[in-house]
Amino acid sequence: MNLNVLQFKTDSERLTHDLGHRDRIQSALNKYYVARDDKKARFQDWQAARQAAAETKWDAVNHLDKYLVEFAEKIEARGTKVHWASTAEQARQIILGIVKEKNARRIIKSKVMTGEEIHLNDALEKAGFSVVESDLGEYIVQLRHEAPYHFVFPAMHLSRGEISDLFEKELGTAQTDSAEELTMIARRVMRDQYLAADIGISGANFAVAETGMISITENEGNARLTCALPKVHIALMGIEKVLPRFEDLTLFLPMLGTAGAGQAVTCYNSMYAGPRQRGENDGPEEMHVILLDNKRTHLLADIEQRDALHCIRCGACLNVCPIYKNVGGHTYGTTYQGPIGSVITPHLRGIQEWKHLSSASTLCGACTEACPVKINLHHHLLHNRRNAVAQKPVWWEKIAFELTAILFNNPLIYRLAAWGGRFGQLFHPLIKGSLLDPARAWTKTRDLPDVAPQTFKEYWRARQK
Amino acid sequence: MSERENILARIREGLTVPAPIPGAHELHGHEHAPNPAPIIPGMVMKWLPPVGPKPGDHIALFAKNSVELKTDFQLFNSEDDLQTALRALAKAENWQRIGSHRGSLTDEACVTLGLPVVRTDEPYEMPQLESCDVGISECEALIAQTGSILVTTRSSGGRALSVLPPHHVVLARRDQLLPDLPAGFALLKSKYADDFPSFMSLITGPSRTGDIERILVLGAHGPKKLTVFCI
Amino acid sequence: MKVTLFVPCFVDMCYPGVGVSIVEILERLGHEVECPEEVACCGQPAFNSGYWDEARKVAIPVLERLKNAEVLVIASGSCGAMLKVFYPELFANTPHSDDAIALAEKTYEFADFLVTKLGNPDLGARFPARVTFHDGCHGLRELGKKKEPRQLLSQVRDLELIEMGEAETCCGFGGTFSAKFPMISTAMGEVKCASAIETGADYIISNDSSCLMHMQGLLSRQGEPIRTLHIAEVLNSRA
Repeated sequence: MNLNVLQFKTDSERLTHDLGHRDRIQSALNKYYVARDDKKARFQDWQAARQAAAETKWDAVNHLDKYLVEFAEKIEARGTKVHWASTAEQARQIILGIVKEKNARRIIKSKVMTGEEIHLNDALEKAGFSVVESDLGEYIVQLRHEAPYHFVFPAMHLSRGEISDLFEKELGTAQTDSAEELTMIARRVMRDQYLAADIGISGANFAVAETGMISITENEGNARLTCALPKVHIALMGIEKVLPRFEDLTLFLPMLGTAGAGQAVTCYNSMYAGPRQRGENDGPEEMHVILLDNKRTHLLADIEQRDALHCIRCGACLNVCPIYKNVGGHTYGTTYQGPIGSVITPHLRGIQEWKHLSSASTLCGACTEACPVKINLHHHLLHNRRNAVAQKPVWWEKIAFELTAILFNNPLIYRLAAWGGRFGQLFHPLIKGSLLDPARAWTKTRDLPDVAPQTFKEYWRARQK
Repeated sequence: MSERENILARIREGLTVPAPIPGAHELHGHEHAPNPAPIIPGMVMKWLPPVGPKPGDHIALFAKNSVELKTDFQLFNSEDDLQTALRALAKAENWQRIGSHRGSLTDEACVTLGLPVVRTDEPYEMPQLESCDVGISECEALIAQTGSILVTTRSSGGRALSVLPPHHVVLARRDQLLPDLPAGFALLKSKYADDFPSFMSLITGPSRTGDIERILVLGAHGPKKLTVFCI
Repeated sequence: MKVTLFVPCFVDMCYPGVGVSIVEILERLGHEVECPEEVACCGQPAFNSGYWDEARKVAIPVLERLKNAEVLVIASGSCGAMLKVFYPELFANTPHSDDAIALAEKTYEFADFLVTKLGNPDLGARFPARVTFHDGCHGLRELGKKKEPRQLLSQVRDLELIEMGEAETCCGFGGTFSAKFPMISTAMGEVKCASAIETGADYIISNDSSCLMHMQGLLSRQGEPIRTLHIAEVLNSRA
C-alpha cells in the first residue's frame, strides 16, 4: 500500500470518528446551502446558465492556444510581462528571480491555489523572503503551518476558540470568542503588511482573452490591496483560466459567487489590465503574469476528461460531497480536494499514486449535479479507476472479478453459491466482526443480511413446474 | 524553443480532436446531445435574476439589495439635501481627514465638508491615504441587479481610494443606475474600448468575511462601511 | 405486454420478496412476466472497480440474453442505471454497441416502469404506516427519477410519507466502497439513518435494495426500531 493511501485511510478513519469535527463542517455547510439555494432560486433559469457556462468553457479550453495567445498579447501591450512556465519548478524560479531582482524584503499574498500547488511559500521562505497571507482564512492556516482545508474557506475546520488560542500564541493578543474581534486583529496586522510590502502576489480567477485582463473574485478586499499597494504585482494562474470575451464575466461572476459562496456576486470582482498607466497615481509600477502548465496540457490531451479543465474553482463540489463532509479537506493530502481534486490529481501528480482518491467515492453524482460548468465529475472518477486498472491491474482484484464472472455466468455454480451462503452463515456468528471474519470490513459496524430460505430464482423455478 | 512555444505546442497537439459538447451526461443515457448554440451577447439577461423594465424598478431593486448587503443607500432630490446629509454623516462619523478626487460631485462634497483632503488623482503617499477616515469617490455606474458599484481608476480616484480607508462613500447620479451586469460591462467596453484603465472593480457591499465559523463579519480588510448617495 | 424481469444477484439471494412482489404486481396488471435464469449479475461491481474487460465477461451474456426483450424491468436503481446508462459506454466501440444502445432504450427501473410506461395505475395497495423515502443515487442522478416513486406512494392507502432532510444524500453503500472504506461508509450511513429516524417514520422505503441493505445493517446493529423496505413490497401490500 503506498504512503498516500496509508495517509488517506489513517486520516479518514480518525476523522470519521471525530463527531465534533463532522458537526462543525456540517453546520458551516448548512449555512452555505441555505444561501446558495436562495441565490440559485433568483436566477430566471439556473440550468440554462449552467449549460451556457459549460459551453463557454468548452470553447475556451478547446481553443486554448488561440485564447492564451490573444490574452498574452493584449496584456503585454499594456506593459505587463507574461511568463510561461511548463513546470512548478520553472514557475518558482521565475517568481524567485523577480523577487531577488527587486531585492524584496516583504511579500504579501492574496489567495492563490496555484501557489499552494507549486509550494511557492516554501520556496520563498527557504530563499530567505518573508511571505504573509493576507486572506483571513489563509493567514490562520499559515500561522498553524497547515494546508488550506477548503479552497474557498481555508479555515472551515476551526472553531473560534481554536483561532483565539492561535492568535494569543502567535500574536500575543487577548482571548476573545467574538468572530468580529478576531477578524479585526487580523485586519490590524495586515495594514502594516500592505503598506510595507514590496511585492504583492495574487492568483486569478479568470483571464479574459478579448481585452487582456485578469479578474480576481474576493470578499475581504485583501486582493485589491495586494494588487494596489506594493510596487510589483505578480499574478500566478493556471493556463486553463481563460475566458474568451469580456462579457463572459457577466455570466461567470454570478455563477462563481452563487455556487462558491451563496452570494449573488462576491464583494469585490476586480479586473486588472496591467501596471499603473500614465495619469494613474497608485497601483504597481510593474506587473507580471505567470501562466502555469504543470501537467494541465496532459489533462487537456485526455479528450474524455478534458472538461475537468473547465473548473472555475468554486468549491461547490466539495460542499456537496458526502465523503468530503465526513473526512474533511486535509485527508486528501494534496492541494486540490474533494471531487475535482480526486479527478485531476492523478493527471497532475501520477495515476498510480493518486488513484485511491477516485476509489474513495460512492459515485453518488452530487458533485456533477452541483458543478456550475457541468464537469462530468463522478463519471471521471470511474474513468480514472478504469485507466488505473488498464495500466496496472491489482492482481488479486483481477482474479476475484474473473472468479465472480465464472460464478455469474454459470447458473449451476450460482445455485451452489446460495447453498454455500446458507451453510456459511450458520458459522458466521462465531467469528462475526473478529479478525477471522472475511466480511469484517462490513461486519465491524453493520449486520449482514441472511441468504433467504428461498431465493427468487428458486421461487421462479418452483413456479415454472 | 521557448517555454511559450513548448506549452502552445503541447496544447495544439492535445487539441487535435475536439472534446464532446458538455452536458450530454445529463441526458440520462440515450438522447442526442444538443449542438452548442453560440452565446449571443444579451442572452445572459434571460437567465440572470430579473430586474424589471422600468427605472423605478431598478431603483427599488438597488435599494432592496443594499439593505441585504448592508450598504447605506440614500436617494436625494436636491443637491442641498445631499450636502446636508453629507455634513451630518461627517459629524456622526467624526471625519477628520478625507481622501477624494476631482469630479463634479466630489468637488462639491469637498467644499461642503471643508476638511483636509488627500487627492488621489494627483501624486500622493499611501500613508497619507491610510490616515484618512473616509474615501469619497464617484463611480462609473450603479448596478441594480446586484446592488453593485462599478469603479475604475479613471472615474473613482485610482485603485486604493475605494478600498483602503475604513469608509467608502460613493456619489452617483440617478442616470448612472444601470439595470444589470451585462449593461454595466457593455458600458465599460463602449466607454474604454481600446484604452482600458489598469483597474476596474465591481463593488458589492462593504468588505466582509465568513472565514471564522461562517459567521459574517464586515470590514475584513476593505471598508467596513459603504455609503451610496445618489442624486 | 411481455415484461422481461431482471432480478439482480443480491435481491435474488437476500431479498427475494422484492422480486416476488414485482411479479405479483405485474401479473395482477395483466402482463406476462419472464425471468431468465441465466441472468444473474449486471457486472457493475467489476465495472465500478475499473475492470471493464471482466465486467464485459459478465455483461455480454446478459446483453445477449436480454436484447430481444419487448421491455426490460430491473428490480434495482443501481442495476437499472448500469444497463440503461453504462452499458452503452461499456460497449462503445465494440460489436455490441448497437445492441447495448437499443436495450438501454427499453430498460426501466421498476418504479419508473409503473409510472412512465404504465401511467401510475392504482394498484389497490394499502400500507398503514409512516414512511420516509430514500432516493438512491443511481435512480436519482443517473436515471433522473425523483417524483416517480413518490407518485406511486401517493396512491397507497393509509400511508403517510414524511420527507427526510437528507433524502437525496448518498447512504454510503457505493458497492465495493462499503468494504474498501468501511469507516467513511459507516459515517455516511449514520448521517442518513439519523435523518430518517428524525422524521419519526416507521419505515425507510427505497427502490434500491443495496442502499436498504446498508442502512438496515447499521440500524440492526444499533438496535433501532425503524425498518427498511423496498417500494415494491409496499405497493404489493393489500391488507
